[in-house]
Amino acid sequence: MSERHEIIPVWFFVGVLLLVYGVMILISGLAEWSHPPDTVLAELHAPVWWGGILTVLGATYCAMFRPRKT
Amino acid sequence: MSLTLAMFEATRLVHLSGVDLAIIAFYFGLVLVIGFYLKRFANTGEDFFLAGREMTAWVAGLAFVSANLGSLELLGWAGSAYQYGIMAAHWYWIGAIPAMVFLGLVMMPFYYISKTHSVPGYLKLRYGSEASGLSAVTFAVMTILMSGVNMYAMAVVMKVVLGWDINFSIWVSSLTVGIYVAAGGLFSAIFNEVLQFFLIWFGALLIPILGLIETGGWSGMVARIHQNFPGQDFTHLWAPTASFANNPMGINWIGIVFGLGAVQSMGYWTTDFLVVQRVLSAKDIRSAKMAPIIGSYFKMAVPLIVILPGLLGLAVLPMHLFPASGLQPGQHSYNEVLPLMLARYCGPGLLGLGITALVAGFMAGMAGNVSAFATVWTYDIYRPFIRKNAPDKHYVSMGRWCTLIGLIISIGTAYLVMGFASIMDYVQALFGFFIAPLFGTVLLGMLWKRVTRWGGFLGLLAGTLSSVTMFLLMQKVDPQKWVPIFARSPLAKGLAQDMYQSLWACVTCVVVTVLVTLVTKPKPDSELVGLVYSLTPLAKEEHTSFWHRPLVWGVMALVLLAVLQIIFW
Repeated sequence: MSERHEIIPVWFFVGVLLLVYGVMILISGLAEWSHPPDTVLAELHAPVWWGGILTVLGATYCAMFRPRKT
Repeated sequence: MSLTLAMFEATRLVHLSGVDLAIIAFYFGLVLVIGFYLKRFANTGEDFFLAGREMTAWVAGLAFVSANLGSLELLGWAGSAYQYGIMAAHWYWIGAIPAMVFLGLVMMPFYYISKTHSVPGYLKLRYGSEASGLSAVTFAVMTILMSGVNMYAMAVVMKVVLGWDINFSIWVSSLTVGIYVAAGGLFSAIFNEVLQFFLIWFGALLIPILGLIETGGWSGMVARIHQNFPGQDFTHLWAPTASFANNPMGINWIGIVFGLGAVQSMGYWTTDFLVVQRVLSAKDIRSAKMAPIIGSYFKMAVPLIVILPGLLGLAVLPMHLFPASGLQPGQHSYNEVLPLMLARYCGPGLLGLGITALVAGFMAGMAGNVSAFATVWTYDIYRPFIRKNAPDKHYVSMGRWCTLIGLIISIGTAYLVMGFASIMDYVQALFGFFIAPLFGTVLLGMLWKRVTRWGGFLGLLAGTLSSVTMFLLMQKVDPQKWVPIFARSPLAKGLAQDMYQSLWACVTCVVVTVLVTLVTKPKPDSELVGLVYSLTPLAKEEHTSFWHRPLVWGVMALVLLAVLQIIFW
């Protein structure tokens, strides 16, 4: 974003947020794999694939927009 | 969106696990870290109030659309979708997209070229201090009152959905917002809005995905709705608007096209400074034109995470939902449909993500209100009327204090509403009084150089007063007599009345402006350069490649809008 030289791009913070949430949700989904919560369509294990998607997206954003030394 | 205090009944809908709480806590920590980090970049007035005018079109566009994507809107419109069906999508499509494209292509060049800090700032340049002062004072007061009303309404939501104490919700969220906005100004507000945008999408998108899997797709969902609600049409956008009696809103297509599409949405998206301020932060005029157009594509997609969950609620929820007023024990209101759907599909982790999205939407909305308030107070009230020609640092300091003072007033308003619930409905209604006539005033000023100082001011005043009068007549004096006159049908419900009220207020503003203009003396052309269409050299786009032209993307947005109308006709 803000192409103001020194500012860390907002996309990097978005990446951090998605990465941390992705890892937390993924781990939570794996931990409950054998005893899924009492929700509709729990057998689809949404936390695992949704957490995986967030993790990949977050890692990609972090890598693409990481602060670089000038 | 009007939400009443009784929107949620006093039962706790979801229970959070440790991982959910960790997700929420991480969000609070991250926004505070970002706020402190951005403080070093918000040194000048331009930095603090307009984020240095260095935002790209994408960032400004996402912040523009996020500023309107608050939690109460999400909950309220999902509830409206349950109540009115897909017709609620009109507020996201015809009630937003043409206005956003119009802002980008027609109005943004004037806001941007005039280098104004705000919409009242433009009025001061174009008309003078009378129209600007009226607009600034009403905006500042109403914004801060709205912030308090939203604060309390959200605390009620948090109490009911999560069981959180109301005082805890109000103070923790206010302090967090106060710290990061006072530190980084509009930089912080915009960063938070971009984070909120991603959170809301990733927090809410699972509901329609899993909902459509459960129902077997769109046709399966429609079949289940017909089964649950025989004889009612919830899945057509325009067909039920052939007459007032064919739809639960009590409106016809004229009200939607002209009241909502041509006036109400144009007024909100092009003159409400809360959203326009985001676009003014763009780094150049092409970015300023592109930002609302980029925002329009995302706005067009929002029904996927707001309207569709409401429709899916009609199809899959085992119980029927009811209006908030008169709920019986054990019943749920329309506005609870989104949390109910969240609890239906989301277990630990995903539930935390969804709740964080709601909290983020609430806090971003509060940040938007206080940052806009700080700007309008400092630049349009304090500087012209109280202390002219102070150093820039003084105004930045004033902006920071205003942010904190604004939040304290908001908290006071929240507690006031707690004691006098009816204030809430009045404040929300009041905010709507100013938007429709303001659109008439700004648009006439931009397009017609003849409009005079007094024409602009008296037109705005007359439009606002007419709106207040219509509201009182329809709501308080004699609804049975006045609703059929102003809203053109005795069947017109609240949303339909709002649309026609906006339409007549704007017409009044335009008529009075024109009449007064014809008998008063216009400003000389030399004072209107950069402010009026016929006297402003607009930047040509011939050196921009075809695919980078705002006009191309604006037209494509309108075509896509037309296609959606046909698909869901």
